[in-house]
Amino acid sequence: MTEQTRDIRATSVADAKDDEGAHVYAGGGDWDAIVDEAASLHEERIVVNMGPQHPSSHGVLRMIIELDGESVTEAKAGVGYLHTGIEKSMEFRTWTQGVTFCTRMDYVAPLFNETAYCLAVENLLGITDQIPERATIIRVLMMELNRVGSHLVALATGGLELGATTVMTIGFRERERILAIFEMITGLRMNHAYVRPGGVAQDLPPGAIDKVRDAIPLLRRGIGELERLLNENPIVRGRMVNVAYLDLTGCMALGVTGPMLRSTGLPHDLRKSDPYCGYENYEFDVPVRDTCDAYGRMRVRMDEMYESLKIVEQAADKLQNTPGPVMVEDKKIAWPAQLAIGSDGMGNSLDHIREIMGTSMESLIHHFKLVTEGFRVPPGQAYVAVESPKGELGVHVVSDGGTRPYRAHFREPSFNNLQAFSAMCEGGQLGDVIVAVASIDPVMGGVDR
Amino acid sequence: MSRDDETPDNLPAAQGATPEPVVIDVRQGMFGASDGGDTSGFGGLVTNVLFPAAAARPYGGYFDEIADQLERALVGGSASYAQAIERVVVDRGEMTVFVAREHILGVARALRDDPALRFEMCLGVSGAHYPQETGRELHAVYHLLSITNGGRRVRLEVTCPDDDRHIPSIVEVYPANDWNERETWDFFGIVFDGHPALTRMFMPDDWQGHPQRKDYPLGGIPVEYKGATVPPPDERRKYS
Repeated sequence: MTEQTRDIRATSVADAKDDEGAHVYAGGGDWDAIVDEAASLHEERIVVNMGPQHPSSHGVLRMIIELDGESVTEAKAGVGYLHTGIEKSMEFRTWTQGVTFCTRMDYVAPLFNETAYCLAVENLLGITDQIPERATIIRVLMMELNRVGSHLVALATGGLELGATTVMTIGFRERERILAIFEMITGLRMNHAYVRPGGVAQDLPPGAIDKVRDAIPLLRRGIGELERLLNENPIVRGRMVNVAYLDLTGCMALGVTGPMLRSTGLPHDLRKSDPYCGYENYEFDVPVRDTCDAYGRMRVRMDEMYESLKIVEQAADKLQNTPGPVMVEDKKIAWPAQLAIGSDGMGNSLDHIREIMGTSMESLIHHFKLVTEGFRVPPGQAYVAVESPKGELGVHVVSDGGTRPYRAHFREPSFNNLQAFSAMCEGGQLGDVIVAVASIDPVMGGVDR
Repeated sequence: MSRDDETPDNLPAAQGATPEPVVIDVRQGMFGASDGGDTSGFGGLVTNVLFPAAAARPYGGYFDEIADQLERALVGGSASYAQAIERVVVDRGEMTVFVAREHILGVARALRDDPALRFEMCLGVSGAHYPQETGRELHAVYHLLSITNGGRRVRLEVTCPDDDRHIPSIVEVYPANDWNERETWDFFGIVFDGHPALTRMFMPDDWQGHPQRKDYPLGGIPVEYKGATVPPPDERRKYS
């Protein structure tokens, strides 16, 4: 610290004391170097804090952007505003209760969080082969519907952030059809906790398949409407083509997966490269673009929605020919209650309550043991990944042989993909920052967990 | 059963050089209750928590190939395979390679650069805290993916003692690990030496402590409902 700055600080401390008591100053850095560097730079150098509360920051994302005129010279992302300690909380609940927590991470794609977590727990339990086929098909059906819903939100909010309100209204209108299906099947529009270790919470209610079948043509028409509105729209093309460029090398280095990776021309999709949940039995393509820009990502998402609807149709066909249980047979693991959807969401069915409270003491004991204590998982660790709408969603779970996860860690694609924010924005225009973030499609609930 | 039955003479003969499972904890009792008289007798139960033992060749699947190629790729590097690799565990169809912490960077570089290995994607690092494992309390677990070789996966595990929480950063090999290492520093207090800017990822910069360590309390609060109080989750009975 030079003589002069010390003087300034001394005076200000003295003044402050006179005014309103002692003040604390941040110090310790070599400020001279920073001040000199700032002074030597262009005089129009401005640091702008966008967010964490900003209509186009895509959730509580803080963007620290250094500007030279309209050009971005440095861009940093600040995250953590939505950190809720989901992973820590899961260590204090049973393995089954963990679903209730992880479904809240990426709240736009909750069924992927649930399925990935359950696949990991099932791998630890060694019961992957025992999961009933019907439960697996229901999982696929729900995940693919959810993928369409998630991509619709990506396009809708992305459009809104560019100022295109109609894109938003169409996107959310179409997603509503999917949420209505989810509400009918799981009782809730989000935070379902529907997929459970061992299967799913409940079989499809009567009429669910018909509702899915009715929705598919409407969804196709709605997505077509979005395509006609966006694909060749000169404003959209002007804002998105060659903007937020990130090529294959960049994606590899930064661990970027999902539509962003596929917009560089690499057809990497875990459903094809490492199939889980029987994806090898479905016919679908992996859409790619080779433009590496925001426009390519938008088109990849559009195309993926059609592919997902193809899978949903196939899953619906399979479900009609696949009766059977939706929960693993092992009574030491299977959730004992038979659930039903009531006016307030999903809960124990009245039949089950009648059985445990009125007729069978053994059923009551069994229910009580499994629900309060939970099942034990043999010690060890597992990593299972699924292709979520944002990319590779990986779950690393460790068990110490107890009834609770010893450690659960989620490799969230939103979190990893957001690292590319700086690489995509620096050197571009301020207006393109919004496009870049929208094309990453981060969901902050997943980023921060 | 008398105590004599547990003498080593009475145990079945050891199977050649089969490695022993790793004891990571010893658990007493059954229902988590430590107060009051033990009328059930379960309080005297002593169980070892056993993690899978080191695997013996052949590992099966493509795991042998990975081990062979890694051994070859490390020749001429800073450390040989025997020096760098502590043990290999194959469990539930997944391969975990325990790497000595001073050699993690070299092993990561070999795994990325060798054409036969080519793990071009690092899917982040996840921390884990085992307070009972004296001298190796903190684990950093890396998940690697090779798209080139058809989606092969391997897991690297590095340990460090709690009183010397340093692990070399692999950001220079896998830039994707930048935020992940910051996350693991934030939550577990592992210092990744050589990381370009190791600051907290999620918690505020002036936060004290590292929340996902086992010695950091959950901080639950009791909830009152219709006159009764529900204790916070960390104070409820646990069954392990």
